[in-house]
Amino acid sequence: MLQLIKTGDWLILFAGMIFTAWLFATLWQGHAADKAVVRSGGKVVAELSLSENRSFLARGPLGTSRIEIRNRRARVAEDPSPRQYCVKQGWLSQAGEAALCLPNQISLELTGAKKLYDSLSY
Amino acid sequence: MSEKMQVSIQTTPEDHRIAQLSAFAIGLSVMEAVIPSPLPGIKPGLANIVTLLVLERFGLRAAVWVSLLRVVAGSLILGTFLSPSFVLSFSGAAASLAALALARHLPRSWFGAISLSIIAAFVHIAGQMAVVYLWLIPHAGILYLAPIFAAAALLFGTVNGLITAKLLADGENTIPARTPKTQP
Repeated sequence: MLQLIKTGDWLILFAGMIFTAWLFATLWQGHAADKAVVRSGGKVVAELSLSENRSFLARGPLGTSRIEIRNRRARVAEDPSPRQYCVKQGWLSQAGEAALCLPNQISLELTGAKKLYDSLSY
Repeated sequence: MSEKMQVSIQTTPEDHRIAQLSAFAIGLSVMEAVIPSPLPGIKPGLANIVTLLVLERFGLRAAVWVSLLRVVAGSLILGTFLSPSFVLSFSGAAASLAALALARHLPRSWFGAISLSIIAAFVHIAGQMAVVYLWLIPHAGILYLAPIFAAAALLFGTVNGLITAKLLADGENTIPARTPKTQP
């Protein structure tokens, strides 16, 4: 049976597999986010639309964190926290993704029509 | 005028061959309609084996005839003629025939019936999804089904291609390739 499959047939088969996997990966991921929610000390201080590129300054106990929105993605661009975890997390684009700057009590969370997951535990 | 009118249609051996092969394809699609499917639109497409065999043995013209006769006559038998499901099988068949018309020019030492079958299966479902989207459900939601349809196309395209390749290899000695039209 295997000798019936020619080299090009394998190529087409693998191309089909890659195409199918690509469809699963792109079409079955979570809904794209449409809003960024910024919280300070647990209270919502801003709900920013992702369709507009802008910066937002959020104040916390340590100082000011700068949230940046660009091309439907959001990130914490600057933060006074010592380890800079939330800044290093980089750009967020999916609904449900979040960056937490614990020392400065600032959080950035993306929301959309459907969340990718409700909670995360480490 | 009691004389009985007798109408006789001139038929060529090619007509007979196309009719026989179409009947075979129709039988397969009717048989397949009985198999329950988890999602409307997911079918093994066994009749496409006949289309591929005809394409390889007798050329594109015969394949177009067999495929379109199968769609029309199959829908008459199943009672779906001119219904959305008929339009869908017609558009799927038309799309895959167009793809096969191009794909048969691929270098044959590299690409066999399996390549043709996989390509035809993908284009078949793509054509159907385009019609569903443009005509029946103009909502991006049907895109969420695309990965499932693609996976089914890959699976059934490969299996049908293997069957076709096997039949072609087995029939190499028994069925003459591209039978000349003058054969009785």
